[in-house]
Amino acid sequence: MPIKLEQVDFVYAGGSPFERAALKGINLSFLDGEFVGIIGQTGSGKSTLVQMLNGLLKPTRGTVTVNGLVTTAKGVKLKSLRQEVGLVFQFAEYQLFAETVAADVAFGPENQGVPASEIAERVDQALLNVGLPLEIKERSPFELSGGQMRRVAIAGVLAMNPKVLILDEPTAGLDPRGRDEILSRIRELHRQRGITVILVSHSMEDVARLVDRLVVIHGGQIVYDATPREVFAHGSSLKTYGLGVPQATEVLGLLKAKGWAVPEVALTLDEARQAIVRAYQLRRELA
Amino acid sequence: MDILDIADLHHIYRGHEGETIALAGVDLVVSEGEFVAVIGRNGSGKSTLAKHFNAILLPGGGRVLVAGLDTREEALLWSVRQMVGMVFQHPDNQIVATVVEEDVAFGPENLGVPTAEIIERVDASLRQVNMEDYRTHAPHLLSGGQKQRVAIAGILAMRPRLIVLDEATAMLDPIGRSEVMSTILRLNREEGMTAVLITHHMDEAVKANRVVVIDQGQVVLSGTPAEVFSQYKLLEALGLDVPVAAKLSILLAESGLPLPAHILTAEQLVDELCRLN
Repeated sequence: MPIKLEQVDFVYAGGSPFERAALKGINLSFLDGEFVGIIGQTGSGKSTLVQMLNGLLKPTRGTVTVNGLVTTAKGVKLKSLRQEVGLVFQFAEYQLFAETVAADVAFGPENQGVPASEIAERVDQALLNVGLPLEIKERSPFELSGGQMRRVAIAGVLAMNPKVLILDEPTAGLDPRGRDEILSRIRELHRQRGITVILVSHSMEDVARLVDRLVVIHGGQIVYDATPREVFAHGSSLKTYGLGVPQATEVLGLLKAKGWAVPEVALTLDEARQAIVRAYQLRRELA
Repeated sequence: MDILDIADLHHIYRGHEGETIALAGVDLVVSEGEFVAVIGRNGSGKSTLAKHFNAILLPGGGRVLVAGLDTREEALLWSVRQMVGMVFQHPDNQIVATVVEEDVAFGPENLGVPTAEIIERVDASLRQVNMEDYRTHAPHLLSGGQKQRVAIAGILAMRPRLIVLDEATAMLDPIGRSEVMSTILRLNREEGMTAVLITHHMDEAVKANRVVVIDQGQVVLSGTPAEVFSQYKLLEALGLDVPVAAKLSILLAESGLPLPAHILTAEQLVDELCRLN
């Protein structure tokens, strides 16, 4: 299910005095099985961009091609496309509506026309995939904790068996353990089921340790599209885009400025620890 | 003077699936001029507690005094509400007007403040959050951090004694978060505004004078950031975390670097590392 954006522009309220270009000349591809992060300041165009990927928004100019289908083509069936490209919005738990967790998660596959016998199986599988116990099925989703509600909402998208999963800030507002649990489940889904994952995040730490490829968007344009290691080597320009670097990288930057022999970027704390220990030993030998 | 004096506060929610005990005997005092961070996992009772600060919720047991006023006394409700301003998570849900200055004026207008004074308060409040250049802008075109600063200005215009931020940075990007944090820090340090910050971000909690940890409806830990975040095993068991620099310091100490305890920020860590040689 490859996705390709070519020369994509998107203008909100076109032709009115409030006209605003949200995306300008975007060229971007997502290949099967990739784990891609998207970062950018509020208002940079990230959310507009991800809504292009399942046809919720269509480009003002240029083309978006999902698995060979051009979303702006006449008579294109966007319904099937939306089942294949699952989009989990910010604060997805606000979209829960059913009386039980099971009914909520079953809603997507029911609308897809999945046979009843298979739905129960999909619901169970989706709940297990997000790490929720099956006992929870008959409970009201509204009586669960925030982190559990978020996971029910993600399970509702997974139950449609999407080939691409897009998550817009899946951990906003969750406590540290809730964040870790959701992210490690997403990583497992990616590894075990090979689904393409596109993660929109404000957390530099999260994208640094999770994604293989990082897209940085600013003012509706792509400013970087590279590995996290390459992107986070540009700390000062990231700051001008309203972003930053993971704190592990920030510590190394400060040490480097004081003459320590450390690399520029560390994606995880463990990587920073090893680099600092090495540099410390080196300094002691020289002293 | 204690702005908040909470003793043995209980709160029970009654829902379809029976009762949930949200607060089970909280004792907490916040003095004038303090900056207190409250951390705790989702469902620990933090937000319920915050809703008791200005009588959105009333005690099921125990009591809450706001600058000496008991929130259970109905006649005092508006005085209590006026003294405690709250900023919530969603910037869009707390903006009511179509122009920034009108939004900031909404609170004092409802308090019946005379027009001349409203204008003065709006000016002062926008200056306090560094948004005076945006007074005639439309709020929906502002960034998340700017919207939250307008929300803070709207509260300042009511001249509260305490400002409470309930996960007010959760939806913001890194710049937006740092704008809101530096605004609150400046209000607290330079103008003596008492503030309570409820957050999931340990790197924000570090900036407070005092950190209070809530779990299962009770205060389980309270102290300076250095004291609280040295208890990283306990915090981890509670589903919480320590600031990134603190965690890295702990890892480095485990690798044999003779670092002192209580390192909380990247700058402190770098200073201590440079001091080792």
